Amino acid sequence: MDVVLFLIFAFIAVVAAINVVVQTHPIASAVSLIGVMGSLAILYLLLGAEFIAVAQVIVYAGAVMVLFIFVIMLLNAGAEVKRGRSLLVQLLGAPLLIALLGLLAYFVQRIFPRNVTVHFGGFTGGSAQAIGRALFTTYLLPFEVISLLILIAILGAIVLGRKELD
Amino acid sequence: MTQVPISWFLTLSAVLFALGVAGFLFRRSIITVFMSIELMLNAVNLSFVTFAYEYKQVNGHLFTFFVMVVAAAEAAVGLAIILTVFKNRATLNIDDMDSMKD
Repeated sequence: MDVVLFLIFAFIAVVAAINVVVQTHPIASAVSLIGVMGSLAILYLLLGAEFIAVAQVIVYAGAVMVLFIFVIMLLNAGAEVKRGRSLLVQLLGAPLLIALLGLLAYFVQRIFPRNVTVHFGGFTGGSAQAIGRALFTTYLLPFEVISLLILIAILGAIVLGRKELD
Repeated sequence: MTQVPISWFLTLSAVLFALGVAGFLFRRSIITVFMSIELMLNAVNLSFVTFAYEYKQVNGHLFTFFVMVVAAAEAAVGLAIILTVFKNRATLNIDDMDSMKD
């Protein structure tokens, strides 16, 4: 059952991710990216990360992607202009990428033996309670620093978005 | 077999990361390049959560949380930069944004 769930949503995630890269229109890419994030949320649930799954849906699939789609529509971004690439890129791009993927997958398979398996309910420490406790004890300083970062990001976005800036 | 090997999750993460790298390198629209960065961040988040499961510790979830916050901040600032660039240059093609090259 867990295997079926994993395979279905991993398949959706990979197909949607390929779609993100292949589509020439930014809106199609953005909608595919929402698909990737939604299926990743299901996989987080399978791994026992309830809080992260919900935050993934709200923050990523909700807030960040809505921001992206806002900007795409605001800029009226059309399909990408096709332009010739250099011969080196055409010849080496895809093979080098597949080599990177193969290398990553090889080391993953070598380092992590198959006897460590995931089943639903195998880890229950990902609740909002556990995360909140860790956040306000062990990770209190990073938490406060990250709130400062958010404040700076808001100010930066406001300054950049002002009309008189040129 | 009803249990998923942990390496499958990590391999999925590697595949998503490689696709993100592909989008980052091959695409020409600045918005799609930005979305590829988000895809790579998501892939890394998946491996963080997988390691949290493997070691039965909540720390990986905390790192994922922080990555999400940084990604949200990055999206806000990055999209503001894209808006400003578009206002000044009227283009979204990254090949046309080469004034630092010469």
